[in-house]
Amino acid sequence: MAVERKVPAIIDKPMNFCPGCGHGIIIRLIGECLTELGQDQNVIYAIGVGCSSNLGGGLEADRLHCCHGRAAAVATGMKRVNKENIVLTYQGDGDAYCIGIAESLNAAYRNENITVITINNTNFGMTGGQMSVTTMEGQKTSTSKLGRNCDVTGFPMKFPEMVASQFNVAYAARGSVDKPQNIIKLKAYIKNAIEAQMNGEGYSIVEVLSPCPINWGMTPSQSMEHIRDVVMPYFPIGVLKERGEKA
Amino acid sequence: MKVQIDKERCKECGLCVANCPKQVISYEEYVNHASYHPVKIDDENCIGCGFCYITCPDGVYHVLGGDK
Repeated sequence: MAVERKVPAIIDKPMNFCPGCGHGIIIRLIGECLTELGQDQNVIYAIGVGCSSNLGGGLEADRLHCCHGRAAAVATGMKRVNKENIVLTYQGDGDAYCIGIAESLNAAYRNENITVITINNTNFGMTGGQMSVTTMEGQKTSTSKLGRNCDVTGFPMKFPEMVASQFNVAYAARGSVDKPQNIIKLKAYIKNAIEAQMNGEGYSIVEVLSPCPINWGMTPSQSMEHIRDVVMPYFPIGVLKERGEKA
Repeated sequence: MKVQIDKERCKECGLCVANCPKQVISYEEYVNHASYHPVKIDDENCIGCGFCYITCPDGVYHVLGGDK
């Protein structure tokens, strides 16, 4: 017997993402988790700048389109004022880790009771695929024409590992949208992150490895294989800090 | 019918086609308003597993559930 599956009402509008972009899957998973936890009418999104901004067009919920990189700081304010609301940030890697690294790190350092969802597609997608801090070694982008040289530019940043090992955060995980099995696991990570916030445990982060077929110069299926073969060995998926491990 | 398809939302990315365990998803001959060939499902062989729904980034699918 088939189980009924329908796109949740809060995100049931067409969005302007490129064909094969992983954002649509992640946005749907967040909507499903919020609906299942009964929080879909009780959520405020802090949306970053970049491809993540397209979320705003498809959403039937309260949201603020924050200054570039500052979503974690804005979410801090939202949560401190509206303690009963669920506050989510939705950002890309360029937004959260390059431009807003100070705000993202400080929110984790203070262990703010917010949930941070970052989409890691290893480049600045919306502006034409420039190199970001998560770009893989040797990856060609429009600002690293010969491939990223990590001797000069540093190595790709593992933000969830950083906050999980250094700060007293509630929950940290990394998921991927490359195949159905990993999408189902990712949903469990997002649900745990939102539950951690509902229980007042503190800062929770889920990073998602997502494809960028247009800027990677691949078909959607090839870009999913690229995640498995190239991105995942460097950015391992799984739970980096379980709930309850917090000191 | 086990799965309902919103043809106007399809962007022909092919993720559902690549992940369908029964290989019953193919493309229509015509194009939708955004000039993509939308998907179609061979209902006879579809098992309603929902992998198309899980992998679709654009909310094209609605798995109906129930016995049929």
